[in-house]
Amino acid sequence: MNIQLNAAPEAVESSAVAPSVSAAPLPFYWSLRRELWENRSIYLAPLAVAGVVLFGFFATLRHLPATMRAASALDPMRRHELIEQPFDMAAGLIMVTFLIVAVFYCLDALHGERRDRSILFWKSLPVSDLTVVLSKATIPFLILPLFTVAVTVVTQLIMAAFGSAVLIANGQGIATTWSELSFFRMSLLLLYHIFTVHVLLEAPMYAWMLMVSSWARRATFIWAFVPPFAICVLEKMLFNTSHFALMLLDRLTGGMEALSAPGTMPMDPTTETTVAKFLTSPSLWIGLAITAAFLFAAVRLRRYRGPI
Amino acid sequence: MACIEARGLRKAFGATVALDGIDLRVEEGRILGIVGPNGAGKTTALNAILGLTSYQGELRVLGRDPWNERDRLMCDVSFIADVAVLPRWARVSQLLDYVSGVHPRFDRAKAESFLGRTSIHRTSKVQELSKGMVAQLHLAIVMAIDARLLVLDEPTLGLDILFRKQFYDSLLNDYFDRSRTILVATHQVEEVEHVLTDLMFIDRGKIVFQSSMDEVESRYVEVMVRPEQIAVARALKPMYERQGIGGSVLLFDGADRKQLAAMGDVRAPSISDLFIAVIGNHAQAQGATR
Repeated sequence: MNIQLNAAPEAVESSAVAPSVSAAPLPFYWSLRRELWENRSIYLAPLAVAGVVLFGFFATLRHLPATMRAASALDPMRRHELIEQPFDMAAGLIMVTFLIVAVFYCLDALHGERRDRSILFWKSLPVSDLTVVLSKATIPFLILPLFTVAVTVVTQLIMAAFGSAVLIANGQGIATTWSELSFFRMSLLLLYHIFTVHVLLEAPMYAWMLMVSSWARRATFIWAFVPPFAICVLEKMLFNTSHFALMLLDRLTGGMEALSAPGTMPMDPTTETTVAKFLTSPSLWIGLAITAAFLFAAVRLRRYRGPI
Repeated sequence: MACIEARGLRKAFGATVALDGIDLRVEEGRILGIVGPNGAGKTTALNAILGLTSYQGELRVLGRDPWNERDRLMCDVSFIADVAVLPRWARVSQLLDYVSGVHPRFDRAKAESFLGRTSIHRTSKVQELSKGMVAQLHLAIVMAIDARLLVLDEPTLGLDILFRKQFYDSLLNDYFDRSRTILVATHQVEEVEHVLTDLMFIDRGKIVFQSSMDEVESRYVEVMVRPEQIAVARALKPMYERQGIGGSVLLFDGADRKQLAAMGDVRAPSISDLFIAVIGNHAQAQGATR
């Protein structure tokens, strides 16, 4: 991603004169590294939750042979659900962690650097406000979802491996488990779900919070949540309608039924029709336009804002 | 080309006027000290130059408009806006990585060698360092940047005298050369006194005094007047009079040195005495017009 072309002619001159001076600056890459140094919860929180999930799974492993024996007596639909349940639960818990980390990250992203006055240091370097805001937006839009999927898939693989080992040690077959759990499909659905619902559809929410964190002097949490709530209440009082509330709810829960949680999907969303339907829905593009507007506002606000 | 050029620079925060139409020209290769009481507009002026605040009027820094081109300007300008603005969570090595990653004119080897003279470890976090060490670290980073303009706003506030002395010593010996320009705003006038080439006093958003240090030395003179000569001395219209130990001290602007020598001990005034004289007169003049 080439966000900033700040290798001005001067930079070329200086590297010709003094070869020890670093050659090609990568402000976007290093701004992203900075975010990961500063906000270790981005990767520590999902890992910690994955650890807890695995601990819980290991604690119940001794019941697994009995569960599997019971499952084999059930009809295929119920059996599938029963086998997949712990894996869905793991995915769900890690996903909730992702959402919590993303919300807290966005609310602090452009506020923390003003609170600890370090904005005066960051602004003393040739990195534009656009680069900074985009690198911060990259965390909830790309880094966190990718890491969440990776952690989930690894966690599920570990669960399946240990589950299989226990079953084999008990002299039971593992064919049922592995045929009911199609890992590739499950991971693909998770990836699709996280990027459609939690990134593309919820993008305006993250951009809004980034903008609030760049604008508010204090209490970013309140500034982020009170205005939407106030709009809902006012709309209800003045017009006795709830369009805004329904729109928010629709967006936060993923909107289209076809894009609900993996496993419960009525049809395979990876088929072309659903993807096409999703990508051509006006609400997606309106949301992305609003996202761009909020991010642009965050960039402009950062220019005006100093330490608090 | 002038390093900084401002015409009618103005900034108001609501009803408070922080900068009241400043005209300023700073040539390359100068070390300009900006001195003024609290709230005089020093920081606002520096922030405007650094692109940290919007303003009315014309301002060019190294030929650029700081407010709209801050990121490009920062390739050629470094600043220490305040003590302790380095991010507290960062490790020393991370800061060096980051700056060498984003700054085309940062010489990491130079920064490492400056740090080698201190007791700062690469693996330490900023929050583990003392206030003085954080200032040393920031200075090491800034001095390793091959900038054309360095702006310092109270860079040594709250540091002990040893650090403050070292700070300006290394700035002069290891950093300054005739092609660079340095702007220092400070309260601690005594420390920068022998470092500056130019001097400026700001009061209530206006420049009330502007001169090169050479001119200051040739123009202003302070006399410890013997008591019997005091009436004669006062007749020469001193800028300012204060009581020293063993007599009155009178400050003159452009008086005849020989004549003054007959009345007592003649010496060059310190910047702080000159400051009190200029700002005191300015305040009186303001009071009279009201």
